[in-house]
Amino acid sequence: MTDLSQAVRDAARRLLSDGLVDVVIGFEAGTLPLRSSPCFVRHAGEVERLVWNMSCENNLAKYLPRCSERVGVIAKGCDTRSIVGLLGEGRIERERVHIVGVPCQGMLDRRRIEGELAGREALDMQEGKGEVILHGDGFEIALEKERYLHASCRACRFRNPVIYDTLIGDPVAEGVAADEYAAVREFEAMPRGERWRFFEAQASKCIRCYACRNACPLCYCTECFAASTEPRWLNPSTDATDALVFQIMRVMHTAGRCVDCGACERACPVGLDLRLLTKKVEKDVEELFHYKAGLDVHERMPLSTFSPDDPGDFIR
Amino acid sequence: MEEKHTQWEPRIVAFLCNWCSYAGADLAGTSRLQYPPNTRTIRVPCAGRVNPLFIIRALMHGADGVLVSGCHPGDCHYLEGNYLARRRFALLKRLLEYLGIEEERVQFAWVSASEGGKFAQVVAEVTESVRALGPAQRLVRARDQEGAL
Repeated sequence: MTDLSQAVRDAARRLLSDGLVDVVIGFEAGTLPLRSSPCFVRHAGEVERLVWNMSCENNLAKYLPRCSERVGVIAKGCDTRSIVGLLGEGRIERERVHIVGVPCQGMLDRRRIEGELAGREALDMQEGKGEVILHGDGFEIALEKERYLHASCRACRFRNPVIYDTLIGDPVAEGVAADEYAAVREFEAMPRGERWRFFEAQASKCIRCYACRNACPLCYCTECFAASTEPRWLNPSTDATDALVFQIMRVMHTAGRCVDCGACERACPVGLDLRLLTKKVEKDVEELFHYKAGLDVHERMPLSTFSPDDPGDFIR
Repeated sequence: MEEKHTQWEPRIVAFLCNWCSYAGADLAGTSRLQYPPNTRTIRVPCAGRVNPLFIIRALMHGADGVLVSGCHPGDCHYLEGNYLARRRFALLKRLLEYLGIEEERVQFAWVSASEGGKFAQVVAEVTESVRALGPAQRLVRARDQEGAL
């Protein structure tokens, strides 16, 4: 157990026993290593369930708009940026949420680690300094942490919470991704036909499970356009065009709001490169409207405001 | 096949703002200006009413091109609808291009009620650029490829 786990439990215990919140949303150990899962703790006596490690990858801001109680939420850098967005959109009331900020070192990419295990099953994970050690039946393997982080964590420049009521642990050095849009730029430079074939192939893998949408803290609509039957924008099929249009509209709806937490990509069961789309829009929003999401509660969302001087050279 | 190709005419869905471009189209007509008959007009209350999904859905269901035309900046009947639309369209246009959809498939214009001549010219230019691309192949729903719009 890490010191941070203990600090998370102490913070949760205090919030619950002082009656400051009705529920604390955090992570508990999953049934498998590398798979911590979100959990809801309602009594001070249950705080021992809570853990903090490098597989706390869900964005817990997701649960806040639907909670009507007073909530304590354990939030890493990206979660706090999502909370800033939700506060700005009036989806959560500030006084109802107690944010327990945890500086984050990045979360481990389970799929890449599984690639290293070559079919063997890890039964236990321990975090050492700069490395993670996995034990299984008759093997032990040590992996360098930095190399096995999620792509979104490697590109992250906001590892420390941007808003919090309680901060636990010591602030970490901020990430200094050389160019967070490197993959997008590389893709933009490809010929048009190749780009189309890539996305067509991606879309044909999509099974329209909507896990990406369900993991996203921004997708809080009570009825999603993808589920609408009147009008029926999309057919309930696995047709590649429908799948691609779903993704296009998903990124249009999160344009200027996405904080690149990477929750959608991690949730995807077929491993689509969803960040290649979300990151493109994030880059365009930054270039066109000079806006970075999730940093200022009072700033208007870029698509709900305008400037008379916005670029318009594409219009006849 | 050869014959089919020569007969092909681009189908262009035009979303026209009620307060300006729709009236501009009317003026082009009453002024007896000639322009290609390839557009299917859908009148909307404002360019800001145009959901990006409308544009994409037109492409999915057989449009070879889409034109969205609204009021010049500063002229919006609702004061800021076209400004808000401009931001949305700027992102959509870049995103579609990124996905590999030809840039000319989706075009935008500002045409006022007094610009009948400009309307005719815009439609002519859009039609010719879409004609040059040929029939839309990308983002078209498989079952709808033969369907008429």
